[in-house]
Order: sequence, then C-alpha cells, then structure tokens
Amino acid sequence: MSSLINQAFQNARNENRPALLTYTVAGDNTKKKSLEILKSISNHADICELGFPHNTPIADGGQIQTSAYRAIKNGIKINDVFSIAKDFKKTKKNKPIILMGYYNMIFQYSENKFLEKCKKSKVDGLIVVDLPYPENKSFSTKCKKRGINFIQLVSPTTSKIRLKKIIKDSHDMVYYISMLSTTGGKLKVSSRKILERYSKIKNQNKSKNVVIGFGITEKTIKSLKKADGLVVGSAICKEITNSINRRQNTVTNVTSIVKRLKNKIK
Amino acid sequence: MKLKRGIPLIDQHDQYGFWGGKFGGSFIPETLKKPVDDLTNEFKKLRKDKKFLKKRDYYFKNYIGAPTSFVKLNNLTNQLGGAQIWAKVVSEANGGAHKIYNATVHALICKAMGKKYIVGDTGAGYAGKMLSMAAKKFGLKCKIFMGAKDIKRQKPNCDAMRKNGAEIVPVFSGSQTLVDAVSECMRYWVSNCDNTHMCVGSTVGPNIFVKICGWSTAQISRELKLQLKSEFKKIPNKIKLINCVGGGSSAYGFWSEFIDYNKKKIELIGVEAGGPKKSKLHAAPLSRKTKIGILHGAASYVCQNKEGQINETESISAGLDYPGVSPMHCFLKDTKRARYTYATDEEALNAHQMVTKYENLNPSLEPSHAFAEAIKIAPKLSKDTIIIVNSCGDAKKDRDILRERLGIK
Repeated sequence: MSSLINQAFQNARNENRPALLTYTVAGDNTKKKSLEILKSISNHADICELGFPHNTPIADGGQIQTSAYRAIKNGIKINDVFSIAKDFKKTKKNKPIILMGYYNMIFQYSENKFLEKCKKSKVDGLIVVDLPYPENKSFSTKCKKRGINFIQLVSPTTSKIRLKKIIKDSHDMVYYISMLSTTGGKLKVSSRKILERYSKIKNQNKSKNVVIGFGITEKTIKSLKKADGLVVGSAICKEITNSINRRQNTVTNVTSIVKRLKNKIK
Repeated sequence: MKLKRGIPLIDQHDQYGFWGGKFGGSFIPETLKKPVDDLTNEFKKLRKDKKFLKKRDYYFKNYIGAPTSFVKLNNLTNQLGGAQIWAKVVSEANGGAHKIYNATVHALICKAMGKKYIVGDTGAGYAGKMLSMAAKKFGLKCKIFMGAKDIKRQKPNCDAMRKNGAEIVPVFSGSQTLVDAVSECMRYWVSNCDNTHMCVGSTVGPNIFVKICGWSTAQISRELKLQLKSEFKKIPNKIKLINCVGGGSSAYGFWSEFIDYNKKKIELIGVEAGGPKKSKLHAAPLSRKTKIGILHGAASYVCQNKEGQINETESISAGLDYPGVSPMHCFLKDTKRARYTYATDEEALNAHQMVTKYENLNPSLEPSHAFAEAIKIAPKLSKDTIIIVNSCGDAKKDRDILRERLGIK
C-alpha cells in the first residue's frame, strides 16, 4: 500500500497543484494551542511537519528559533510531542504528519525507542536536520523497517555524485533546500534558478516526491508552484509570534495565512 | 576502546570521524557537507605540503614568537613544598594566548582556498582577538560571533578585535555565551559557505575542525619536548602535565607529543570549570558525570538534561564556559590516558592570587583553574616530581572581573 505521504502528493497532483507542507513547532506556544493550530491548518495543508524543539538549533533562523525557545520555555517535552501527534491523528487519520528536529533529541531517547514511539503515535515521516547521508544510513533503514518515511535533504551544495546516492537511498520524499541559508532567510536565488536545480533532482527519479523549502512565503510561493510540494515554516512561526505580541488568536491568524498560501498555488 | 601508538591522536578516528567509535563525527546540515568535505581535502593536502609547512613554521616563529618559554616557578615551589612546579608560558605568544596558533593556521588555509572572508566564534574573546589579528595580517575580512554576556565581561579583548578591524556580532539567544556564539557562527556559515571560511575556536565542532585546531596547538608540546630534553638532558621520569579544559584546544596541544608515554611517567591532568562553589551549574562535562550527546556537530560528553536540551553553564572564566568538550578528550578520558577534575571559581581566583603573589606571571582565569589543581597536589608529591602547568592565557582580559572579585587594580 502506498504511504499517506505518497497519497497526499498524488491528491495534489490530481488537483494539478503542488502539495502544501506546513511547519510548526510542537508546544508553540503551549501544548494545547499547538495541537489546535495543527488541526486547524491541516484543513488546508496536505502534509504537516511538526518540529520537536531543541535549544541549540544550528540550521534554524530567527523565526523558528523563537518558536522553539518559546515552546521549551513553556515546558514542552518530547513525550508531549508524541502525544500531540497521536491526538492529531485521532481526528485526522489520513493527514500525514512528519516530525522534524535535531539528532540529539533522538539519541537521548534512543533511536529504537524513539521510532517505536513514532509508530505508536502514527507518525508518517521524520526529518533529522543534522544527520546527513551517509551517516544516516542505519537510522534510515530502521525507519523503513517500521514503515516510517525518512526524508533526505539535498541542498545547492550537494554534489552530483552525492545527489545520486542520496536519491537512491531516499524513501518517498526528498527535501530540497532552496538556497544557502538557515530557515526563514530571504529568498536570495531566483525562482527560475531554484526550479532549474529542482528539475535536476526530480529527473534522477521521477517517482520521488521532491519538495522545496527555505525562504518560502506568501510572496514567493506562487513562483515555485511547479514543484511537487512546497514547505512553509518560518512565515507561519512568525505569524504565531506576531499574533501573540498583538494578543490575537493564533489559531485563526495562522489558519488564514495557510489558507492564503494554499490559494496562491491552486 | 584503545589508543594507538605512533599515530597523532587527531588521526585516530574512523571513516566517519569518530574517536573510539563514538566521540566526534560530523553531525551537520546537508548544506555544510560540501564545504566541510572541501576543507577536509584541502587540509589533507596542505599538511603534507612542504611549502605550506614552511610557511606555518615561519609565521609560528616570526609572527607568533615560538618557542614560548618554559620556566621553573621557584617561589611557588618553595612555598608549597613537594613537587617542583614549572610553567610553559604560552601566554607569551603574540596576542597573549594559545588561540593564535589555530587562528593563524585557519587564516593560512582560508588564503590557500582562495576565500576572502573568515568568521569565528569566541568565548573569552581570545579566539576572536587572535582571529582578528590573523585576518588583519593576511588581509582577510573578519566577523566574530560572541555572546552578549561575554562581550560585557571580556571588554579588553573586544576592544582589540575592533581595533583589528573585525566586526563583532553580538549573540542574544540562549545563555548569551560561547555555546550560542558557536551556534550562530555555524548558522552564518550555512548561509555564506560559498565565499566564507569558518574557524572553530577550539578542538570542538565537526571532525575536521577538531583536527585542524589540534594540529595547530600541537606546537606547544613540540616545543616543550625539546625544552624538557635541554633542561633535564632527558625526559624526566615523573611528570604531571596540568592544563585547563574548556573545549580542550590548549590541553590537546600541550599533551599531544606525550600521549604515547606511559601514564605513570607522564600523567595528563585536565581541569574543568566547576563554576561557583555554591551553584549547581558548571562547565565540567568530563569530571562531573554527564552523558554523551551531540552538540555543534560532534558527539561528546555534554552538560544536558534528560531530553537532550543543552544545559546552561556557569563559570567565572568565559573561555571554559562551554557545555561540551573535545571528542579527543572524551576518548582520552574513556581510555583512562588522562585524568579530569575540576576547580571552582573560588579555587581559580585563589590560585590566581597565589601565583601572582609569588611569581612574575599573570595567568588568566582559565589556566588559573590548572594552577588550582597544581597547588592542591604539589605538597603531597615528591621533590623529583615535575608538575608543568600550561599558562595558556594572560589575565589582561580579566581586568574587570579581577577588580570586582579581588579588588586588584
């Protein structure tokens, strides 16, 4: 049977649009609120990425850092992240959810225990920012055995030979980092250039779903709609921060930004 | 887990960069894979390149001022009774600390790779100051990432960096100390790795940075070995090499030539920052029982909580105020080749006071931790035991803290 992640991409393809992937941080700004946000935005998003926050995030820009620190400060623990995922899946059982974070959190939990917990919570995929290929080989195999998608990242600096190997080792989805940047940077490369590189990746193996992330906002999303999927993270985290600062309803505000993003790629 | 003989410790890792199969590695975002590989290849080439080695030696001698002196601390020895206390006065190096070795080598590598920009992290400000000096010397544009708290407490070094034309980027996230500075510096490199070279200020970070830094500071022990032979005719039979350990760059450099010796003959003692006596916080992952974790691209013993969040640290010495430690020191600890302990803020301050009272030496708060251990053990040891402390930094930068804590002008 095809994975929920694959199905989500297929559904979007049937509607002739890219899949919309959102990223929010578990526990931002509270456990309850982040679950509400997740449930609400999943009415518009095709795949939901849920970050498990770490306090030394070496690849995240300011917006996601702020969300992560806020969640940690409000006491989020890794088991809460699993329970958010599990709760989410109770009502949204066909909506794929991907956990994303840094390896130390998995390492402390122990790889096997972490993956068992993912399976129990019905997590569909995992992105581990600081566990690159080929170091991730054994972990990725462990994921596969449990039916969890391990999502490989490729970047503009990834060499040709390396790209081939990574694609070969990837599961259903590959994440292309649009530019040399941490998350939430300003898109400093033209959309044309990004799509050019995207095609090179896509052409390696057309059956892989390749998404583009980093620097995608309401302004830039439309220009990249040729991709299989587009990830928006920092723009959403920023909205949460702004809403909190203005004492507005985070759920409504974040949902409307996701709705707008979706409309731009329809 | 076993140490090999006849191979420098920096090269005793496996194909994935792990020492002892579990310390080190390169836990880095995909974007950094290529720049890290490029740097790895370049370093592999350069360290065998006779021209490059000649250049390094030239600058070590004429710019850094090698060798730094090796002196007996007669008054302190007499005062304490017991073992002889000697110091390797590495703080005589240009700029006032051992950080100049790594900074100079990185600047040379940056030049060799044709990059014009160099960035680095700093805690005590020495790594930053030295990188700014080396950048100026070799015509590179330099940015230094430094925690906002450290900028305040190490002002003299910040002044020096600015004077050298470097831009100091204050880091306000987290505890606003070295750990955050390193994170921010790595983030900057992720975004600018196409034209910028990164220098990691200690023997920490992804494997290649551990290697380059260790290769650079090893100069200290090469000098010491010659100095020991000329002072004592041969290497004495009972030596204790005491060094402070934050990231562990000066300790590795001080020990590298002596790791192959039997530990009964040459004992290696690392002294971490125990923090304030009354505080639970510290920066002593090796001596105060922590678990292995991943920080800044490498696996090492790390001050962290059960979940894997990195703990805040606390130490009077900004240079030791770091939750992780070099994977090579973890390896030396687990193979029992080196012994690690800690000194509290108060012990370091007392040691500083005692050394400056009896000797014409002004060790910064970092090596004062090492002196604290020397002072503690010397009276119990025989007169033919040679204790050597690496006085790896000068206390000029600690002016404000010393004034506040000890009333010293």
